[in-house]
Amino acid sequence: MTDYNERPDSEELSDDERAILSELGESRRKFLGTVSATTFGVLAAQLLAEQEILANYRVPEDAVFAPVAEENAVSVTLNINGTKRALSLDSRVTLLDALREKLGLTGSKKGCDHGQCGSCTVIVDGRRVLSCLTLAATCEGKTVTTIEGLAKGDDLHPMQEAFIKYDGFQCGYCTPGQICSAVAMLDEAKRGQLSYLSENIRGKARAVKLSDDEIRERMSGNLCRCGAYPNIVKAIREVHTGTEVAETWEFVKEGVNDAAV
Amino acid sequence: MRPFKYSKATNAAGAAKAVAGNKNAKFLSGGTNILDLMKEDVARPDELVDINGIASSQIRSTPAGISVGALAKNTDTANHPLVRENYPLLSQAILAGASEQIRNMATNGGNVMQQVRCLYFYDTAVNCNRREPGSGCSAIVGLNRTYAILGWSEHCVAVNPSDMAVALAALDTKVNIQMADGKTRSIPFTELHRLPGDAPHDDKALAHGEMITSFEIPKNKFAANSYYVKVRDRASYSFALVSVAAALELNGKTITTARIALGGVANKPWRAFDAEKFLAGKAATKENFEKAAELELKSARPLEFNEYKIELSKRAIVRALEKAV
Repeated sequence: MTDYNERPDSEELSDDERAILSELGESRRKFLGTVSATTFGVLAAQLLAEQEILANYRVPEDAVFAPVAEENAVSVTLNINGTKRALSLDSRVTLLDALREKLGLTGSKKGCDHGQCGSCTVIVDGRRVLSCLTLAATCEGKTVTTIEGLAKGDDLHPMQEAFIKYDGFQCGYCTPGQICSAVAMLDEAKRGQLSYLSENIRGKARAVKLSDDEIRERMSGNLCRCGAYPNIVKAIREVHTGTEVAETWEFVKEGVNDAAV
Repeated sequence: MRPFKYSKATNAAGAAKAVAGNKNAKFLSGGTNILDLMKEDVARPDELVDINGIASSQIRSTPAGISVGALAKNTDTANHPLVRENYPLLSQAILAGASEQIRNMATNGGNVMQQVRCLYFYDTAVNCNRREPGSGCSAIVGLNRTYAILGWSEHCVAVNPSDMAVALAALDTKVNIQMADGKTRSIPFTELHRLPGDAPHDDKALAHGEMITSFEIPKNKFAANSYYVKVRDRASYSFALVSVAAALELNGKTITTARIALGGVANKPWRAFDAEKFLAGKAATKENFEKAAELELKSARPLEFNEYKIELSKRAIVRALEKAV
């Protein structure tokens, strides 16, 4: 979700574009957070239904609905991107919902919510997992790294840099999951972890040099509906090998395609 | 998702007792299957007993072979030096299943206890004997291209989706079980899953509250001659149409002992006893492999859309055996 308010006013925008952005006003998130139930009854009802699963939702003062009591509450302390966060949650809350709805870390995406797409991939105690199938309650004391925790200040993680360099996305929805997955995957390869394509299973674990097929196999839990796979593989290959990957395309040379046009 | 009480168990006996005390309680280990089923409203527990804190995740060698903890993660099991060296078939089978994210979460016990992935089981708007005993099977007259060809009944035609279970079935594994009354018992792995018969909802040999604590795989001489073949619609991250775990003990070119199990063809990992018996003492040739496959698939009965699986199973058996040699 683009937060238009936080988008820097760029000189690239025309006056019209600026006017539209300003009319859109506050971001959807802020809008939903402050809307009053009396004014927007229908919206608030939907919102409350959604929030039933969330523990400490603050109902607007003039709300016509009573807040839903926290059922089966569990307390959990997580170390998220280097910061300890203590939460009180309904037992049903997944790690993904806790990240997105309780902690405002909306980088991790809810794609299928059934463990089929990988867009919710985060790194827990050094391993990539699906946060949509992880109950937050089971994460007591665990260390969670999300896409928000990969960069060091303004310095992007090499995998983030590579995804930008090789255009490893189109709509970007699966990207946080792809990147978290790829970061953990390269660590697995360093540790010599096997994949379905490994040939020397009986040998001792040694750092694996990944072919493109190996990268594809090891990343198969992350789907990309835009089909940016070739560029995702390139980005990962560069970070894995430290060597630039040649592009398989080039800009049209002036005059060459004139006849075709 | 319906509300549920969440608690953590610290030992196996306590966990079994806690679940046995509430008929609507379930164990929670990796969560990759149960949470999905709860989101779909197919599983409706009102209590989850988290067993991740129980010390059953060890993988260690024993005088008889290897003991693999039920709470060890799939990833740790597939990559464990003892498993890699002595039971590469198990490593291969685990790595053929799911994605690395899921294998990092899933435990061995949870893997073999996972539910079928039948579309009609998941769709609460249609009949399913497994979900609602006695309501009827929608798959038998439905889109059943990926369903069973062996051991199915008119009450259920779904297949067991686990790859790991196929290897465990082939390797003569024993299952150690914690009972609710504090005692323990063991059963052969091949008896853990049942054919659907007239009770597909009751297709595991565990009573409510019973919990798997470990798997024991005996020593064998298969490590140099085993292979797991998985045929699926996609190259990766897809359930098997047919899979075959094959393990051979060879004396020169003669087969001393053969172990074969099939996945994706029945409601349980299908141990190919007929094929194994045929191959014992025979030469390891393609001709014999084909005869063995033919023999095993004799009892296969196709559904409307999955006749192809019979030929596919035969070829997969031959290929797995050839690769194993």
